[in-house]
Order: sequence, then structure tokens, then C-alpha cells
Amino acid sequence: MNIATIAWKNLCQRSLASSLTALSVALGVMLMVAVLVIYGILQSTFSQRTINYDLIVGAKGDPLQLVLSTVYHISPPIENLPYRYYLDWKKDKRIEAAIPLAMGDVTQEGSFPIVGTIPEFFEIDYAPKRKFLIKGGAFRRPFDAYIGSRVAIQNGWAVGATLKLVHGGAETGHVHNEEFTVVGILAPTGTPHDKTVYVNLEGFYQIEGHDKPLNEAITREREFYRETPLTELEMAAEITRLQAQFGMHDHGGHDHGGHDHLHELPPVQKQVTAVLLLCKGLTVGPLIAGDLKKGYQAQAVNPIFPMQKLMDQFLRPATDLLLVLTILIIIVSGIGIFVSIYNSMAARRREIAIMRALGAQRLTVFAIILAESIILCVGGGVFGLIFGHGLVFAAAPLVESYTGLIVNPRAFDPQELILFPALLVLAALVGILPGLTAYRTDVAESLSGN
Amino acid sequence: MSLELRNVMKSYSEPNGGRLPVLNVKEFKLATGEQAVLLGSSGGGKTTLLNVIAGITAADSGAVFVGGTDIVRMPEAARDRLRAERIGYVFQAFHLLPAFSALENVLLGMSFGGKRPDRSRAIKLLDRVGLSHRLHHKPAQMSVGEQQRASVARALANTPRLLLADEPTASVDAANQKTVLDLIRDSCRENHVSLLLVTHAPEIACQFDRVETLSDFNKPV
Repeated sequence: MNIATIAWKNLCQRSLASSLTALSVALGVMLMVAVLVIYGILQSTFSQRTINYDLIVGAKGDPLQLVLSTVYHISPPIENLPYRYYLDWKKDKRIEAAIPLAMGDVTQEGSFPIVGTIPEFFEIDYAPKRKFLIKGGAFRRPFDAYIGSRVAIQNGWAVGATLKLVHGGAETGHVHNEEFTVVGILAPTGTPHDKTVYVNLEGFYQIEGHDKPLNEAITREREFYRETPLTELEMAAEITRLQAQFGMHDHGGHDHGGHDHLHELPPVQKQVTAVLLLCKGLTVGPLIAGDLKKGYQAQAVNPIFPMQKLMDQFLRPATDLLLVLTILIIIVSGIGIFVSIYNSMAARRREIAIMRALGAQRLTVFAIILAESIILCVGGGVFGLIFGHGLVFAAAPLVESYTGLIVNPRAFDPQELILFPALLVLAALVGILPGLTAYRTDVAESLSGN
Repeated sequence: MSLELRNVMKSYSEPNGGRLPVLNVKEFKLATGEQAVLLGSSGGGKTTLLNVIAGITAADSGAVFVGGTDIVRMPEAARDRLRAERIGYVFQAFHLLPAFSALENVLLGMSFGGKRPDRSRAIKLLDRVGLSHRLHHKPAQMSVGEQQRASVARALANTPRLLLADEPTASVDAANQKTVLDLIRDSCRENHVSLLLVTHAPEIACQFDRVETLSDFNKPV
């Protein structure tokens, strides 16, 4: 029988006390693991690993809100920008790619955010070196839709399913008549794309209400560009011109439910919520952001900075505090192990003496006590690790539904690897004093019952 | 294995600060394979003598030759090793470990001698002492007689050359006393193990060829 076996048998003899002591360690480790994993998920979610664009251009306002609404779809959009503004960026020689996004609606089932965009969006990596993988066909026709993997699973949608857009909330909002057809399902990405429905921007603009009345649209665009407002006559002439150019007619006479009746809209009636920019060169992004900051029209935000600021200012300190608390819990559990083993030494003097009488050396009995401490600490740590990941696994759907964040329940934080060496050190520290008690046991005296 | 004591003295500290002499043995010898009993009254130093011979307690002075090696001069760790490898000890109160079954207690007797415990040999020993049906029973699940037989098996587990027995039948009822005694003597005879048994009971002592009275050669001053 080796030292570990003897230690294990001794612990089994006091199974209740041993189990409770190990459980206290397990609970502390469980909390620590949960905090580390969740923080790691947040860090990953809000880092460069989830977005591949240099800038997000949106209406003036809170940069954090712009990023949260555009990238993570967990905040309402600030305001819309003229479509012409997107076209300006598309033509800008400094820009590698400009992708328009139009937001504001959700699915009727599941309330998943709906984003209108162009097919080129899926040709660009969604994160560094990570391409969209799509099961299905091309995203070309006006009423085509791609859905994220979570949307497909949760709603039970496959290629061919149809969906309608709801404005103002899935349950109480206005349901648009137009139907989109799922033509492709995105492979899981571990990012907000998994919980998003992408519709073709062309179809998005066909939806009743998504096109502003002409006079309002023209006025707003001219205000945006600080162009002189049109007089009544000029406005009427412009409206007539546009109607003739785009074959526009009165919308009141027919239903908009059919896909075969597309209205080509003049750009002035279209709006975008944000424009994603890929810049040519590392210095372009900061320059554009600086220019727009000085201007009045819009803002350009590096998607990482506001999130990093949020992490550093709020999440990191909160996480550090939680980690300190969990470390304290583990230390207190370690003290519990010390008390449990130390208190048992008085009752076990005879057993220690018997082993010494059988030929065990002082170091051997010391090692047996230390082994008991290690088994309790490390054993508790193993269960804590399992419970911690189990907790994340169980809480993932709840976290996702409340916060919209994608939680990968199988995520593993490298800092967890520090746990076991730390537990070994703790075990050694709390086991030393009881071990020394065993070491110093007077064999003859203990065997005689004194 | 032979045993020889020369001018061995041992005393204990008293609460009043003085010393209580327990052992003062001028000379004692036991030949290899010999079986001897030491008769002595309670408090006469029997257990202390066995503890000194086993190396559990160090003598204050003198020499204790176990198999020709003076263990009084040995470091404690070396005495522990010698005890683990070559000395078996049957305790008056059995001293089985409560967390371990009969088989595990015997295996434990083999564990500290540096050799790999031999499970099949442990089972044979328990079978020899009539406990093949109690292999996996813990001490609390065995009768007093069975516990003492298990402790005999454990004492023989490490193939000792010298077996020390401290009142091995004192805690056992009359019906089992002969069984236990015969077991010890037969096992020692079969394996050519020297046996030194201490007792206060003349009826036990009279069963041995060599009977020594402790007070004849132990004269604590």
C-alpha cells in the first residue's frame, strides 16, 4: 500500500468530514472558474477576434452605443444616415470596402435582430482569418435572407423557410407584410452573427415604411449635407423628376405582399444605420475618425476602443473584485481543511503510532498527512472545475437570452491552469502543521494509551 | 535472528522532574529460532523491554544486538527500517488500523519494508490464521479473537526474523487463548523465527521450554 492509498483510506474513514471539506474547496474553485470563463468570453466577444472592420461610421452620439448596436445588436441604433453618405464612402479611394447596414427590425419568432446588408458583406472575413461559411445558396435576390446558426436551431428554420420583419418588438410591434426567404444558414461563428438574420438591403428598402416620403427624404438629406433647402416649387420639381426617373407611383392602390412587384427607390429615400469600413493602410482609420470627429455629420469609431474602455473601466475591476473574493473563499476552505485534519490528529495519534510501530518512518507519516491534505484540496479543485464549467454551461442560455451575448459553454480560460499548482501550494501549507504533529508522535506513549 | 542485550538501561521522566528507572538489564540472549517467554508483573517493564528491542523506544544506554547489529547506536530511521524489514510485533491490544480491512492491515505490515506488498502472501497468512472468510472485514466487524489472529498475521507479514509478542492473549477469552498461542508458536517454528513473548500469566509461560522471570535479570536502580 502506498502513501496515497493509505491517505485515501484515512479520508474515507472520515468520509462525511472529508466530503464537506472538499466541497468547500470545490465551491470556491467553481466560483473562480465561472468568473474566469465568463470574463474570458466577454473579453473575446468584445475584442478584435469578433470583428474585422477598421471603422464603424454612424450618426453622431455615444460611440459605445454605435458599437453595441452595430456589432452586438444589444443597443438601439442611434439614428440613420443618408444612403448617399454610404455611396460617398464607397467611392472614397482610401477605403478598401464599405458595407452598409440597416437595422431596427426583429423577427416575429424569437425576436432576433434583422440587419439589411449587401452580398459583399459575406465575402469579407467576419473576424481576422475567419470566413463566413454558408450552407445554402447565394444572397442575391431582394427578398433573400441568411440566418445565423442559433436562429436556425432556436426557430427550427431551414433553407426555404420564410420570415417577416417586425418593427418595435416581436410581440407588440408592427408586422410588415413582406416575406423574406431563407436561402442560407451561417455556420456557427461564436459571435453575434449566430443570432442575427441578414436580409438583402434591396428587399429591406421594399418594405412599406422603410422608404421615407420623398419630400421628407430630400429635406433630410439636404440638411445632412448642409445644402440650401429647396423652395416649394423646387421641391415639387425634384419630386416629379425623381418619380419620372424611377417610375414611381402611388403606393396606396395595392398590397405589398408579393415579391414580383419591386419598386426601384431613388437613393434619397434610402437610409443606412451604419457603414462598416475596411481601410487601405493602418493610418487611414485614425485619420478618418479624427476628421469626422471635427465634422458635424457623423462619427467613425474603431469598434475595439469603446469596448476595451468599457472592459477596463467597469468589467475588469468588477472581475478582479470577484476573483479576489473567490480566492478568499478558497483560502477559507483551505483553513477548513487545516482545522479538519488538525482536529483529527488527536484522535489519530494511536493510528499514527501503529504505523510507526510497523516500521513507517517519521517522514512517511508526515507524507501521509500531507497527502490527505493534497487529496482534499486537489480533489475539491477537480470537482470545482467540473462544477464551474457546468455552471457556465447551464447558465449560457439564460445569459444569452438576457444580454444577447453569445456564451460558448465549452470555453476554457488559460488562467485555470494556475489553479492546480496553487491548490497544491495551499494543500502543502495547510497540511504542514498536522503533518508535523504526526511526525512528532511519541510511539510508545501513544500505543500505551497515554 | 539472534538477540542480545547488554547493560541496557531505560528510564522515564516523572512529573516531579525526577527519573523513573524501568530497565536495567545486564545481559539477555535469545538464539536464532529459539522461543522464550518472559514472565513479569504489571508495570515491571515488559512492554518497555520489547519496545527497546523493536527500536520503538531508544535505550538510554547499553547495547541491543538484533541479528548482530547494535540498534542503540543506530539512527532512528535505520531502526524503523530494521523493524519494518525484520521484526514482527504482536500487540496486547491488537492495534489494527480501523480504516483498513484485515487484508489491508496485513498488507500494511508489508508496506514499510521497502518491498512491494504481496497480496497473495497476505491472503495465505490470513488463511493460515483462519481468517480467509474475513479478508475484507474491518476490525469493528471482527470478534476479539479474530482481531488478535489478524494482528498475528500482520506481525508475520514482513517475514520477520524476530517476533515480539506483548501479552498476546491478555485481551482474548480463554477459549481463544490457546488458539492464538499455538498459532504464534507454530508460525514461528515453521519459519525458524525467534520468538520472545512477555506475559504476566504463569499458565501461558508454562507452555514454553524456556521461561525467564523478568525480575531475575532486570534490576532497575
